[in-house]
Amino acid sequence: MSTEPFSLAKPLARLIEELHRLPGVGPKTAQRLTYYIVRMPSEDARALAEAIIAVKEKTTTCSACFNVTDGDPCAICVDSRREGSQICVVEDPLDVLALERSGAYKGLYHVLHGAISPVNGIGPDRLKIKELVRRLEGASVEEVVLATNPTLEGEATAMYIYRLLQPLRVKVTRLARGLPVGSDLEYTDEITLTRALEGRQEFHG
Amino acid sequence: MARPRTYKTEALVLKGSPFGEADRLLTLYTLDRGKLRAVAKGVRRATSKLAGHLEPLTCSLLLLAEGRNLDVVAQAETKESFKALRDSLEALARAMYMAELVDAFAPEEVPNPGLYRLLLANLRWLSARAIALDESLEAALLRRFELRLLDLLGYRPELHRCVECSGPVTSAASFFNPRAGGVICVACRSRWSAGLLTVSPNALRLLRSLQSAEPRASPLITSASLREEVEGLLRHYIRYLLERDVHSIDFMDLLKREASPVEA
Repeated sequence: MSTEPFSLAKPLARLIEELHRLPGVGPKTAQRLTYYIVRMPSEDARALAEAIIAVKEKTTTCSACFNVTDGDPCAICVDSRREGSQICVVEDPLDVLALERSGAYKGLYHVLHGAISPVNGIGPDRLKIKELVRRLEGASVEEVVLATNPTLEGEATAMYIYRLLQPLRVKVTRLARGLPVGSDLEYTDEITLTRALEGRQEFHG
Repeated sequence: MARPRTYKTEALVLKGSPFGEADRLLTLYTLDRGKLRAVAKGVRRATSKLAGHLEPLTCSLLLLAEGRNLDVVAQAETKESFKALRDSLEALARAMYMAELVDAFAPEEVPNPGLYRLLLANLRWLSARAIALDESLEAALLRRFELRLLDLLGYRPELHRCVECSGPVTSAASFFNPRAGGVICVACRSRWSAGLLTVSPNALRLLRSLQSAEPRASPLITSASLREEVEGLLRHYIRYLLERDVHSIDFMDLLKREASPVEA
């Protein structure tokens, strides 16, 4: 922030710079947050700082599913009530959260930590794909649910994983792609509509 | 308050990256304005009306509103979705490579309708043959795309006359000089100590015919060694011009490597 006409107090400048590094936080937001923190009660500010430190020091990635967790293996992997013969492959830890919120899935997960994005130089070797194959070789898994995003990168990742899993003779499924709840048919793109038609099911009204 | 100005355009989506809470920052190649960057608001939400029309490698009709920094997509409708590309990893990898090349070479907001039509035609072609893409056909397609792209951007390699002495290059052996953007005859070769690539007579003949061929009349490249030579030469020239690696090459090569020992 050296372009300021007067020199900003060093601790302020430092915090602005640190916050600016976060995704979605521009220079203005960083400044606003910094001044908000300055006015915060000390204990609140301390709690925020401690939470940041704790999240780095007390979390790790699960050695089985690679989700971010506070214990290894994670709570989902050790839960005996969960269906161990199903593995749901997702791009991101946040996707696990979304699926758990639905309450509709009872199996285990595998977090890839990204999707294949050739244009950005992210190939399969940068993701936890080899680990997935190794995990499947060592366990009696009946179904792998590919739950990568229905984007170009997500589809490429799903196709690539499907190909790798072929020799293992495990059942591979893909999350249905179709119309989101609350959407409008007339605005729907043709690929979504095609997939929705392909995946139509007998109606039990 | 002044009303935002809007304009319509036809665009190919080259790429998109997450932006803000639920937006995406798109790189578009438009028919009448060249490369543009625009924000698509809310497209990462499941109920977005725009999302499906703004996926990379889609041709869409857009209504854009001029913003302070970046233009914002107001409306979008798919014109062509190249659906078959999404069912073939190989075709997809190639299409991504083409999009990356256009993105890497094209300057922002410089219209180049020829380049737009080149990418569009090649995406159509790839999509139509996504399932049955054989190696010799595919090599011809990619090499022709590269040569046409270089042509349209002013980097057409000189393949007939020596870039040093302007004499015709006909001899059995010749050399390619990326710095001068063309071939060098044997006689002039000694003036350049480093950075030259040898070009076999077959490769030179092939490059010339690819450079001049009509889209539908591209020769097939049946010899594997010739394919590799011409691919290597053009990749080298492109890397020299861009001063960086083309990332999606790695994925294309990986697929090729993984396919050959198992299935061949």
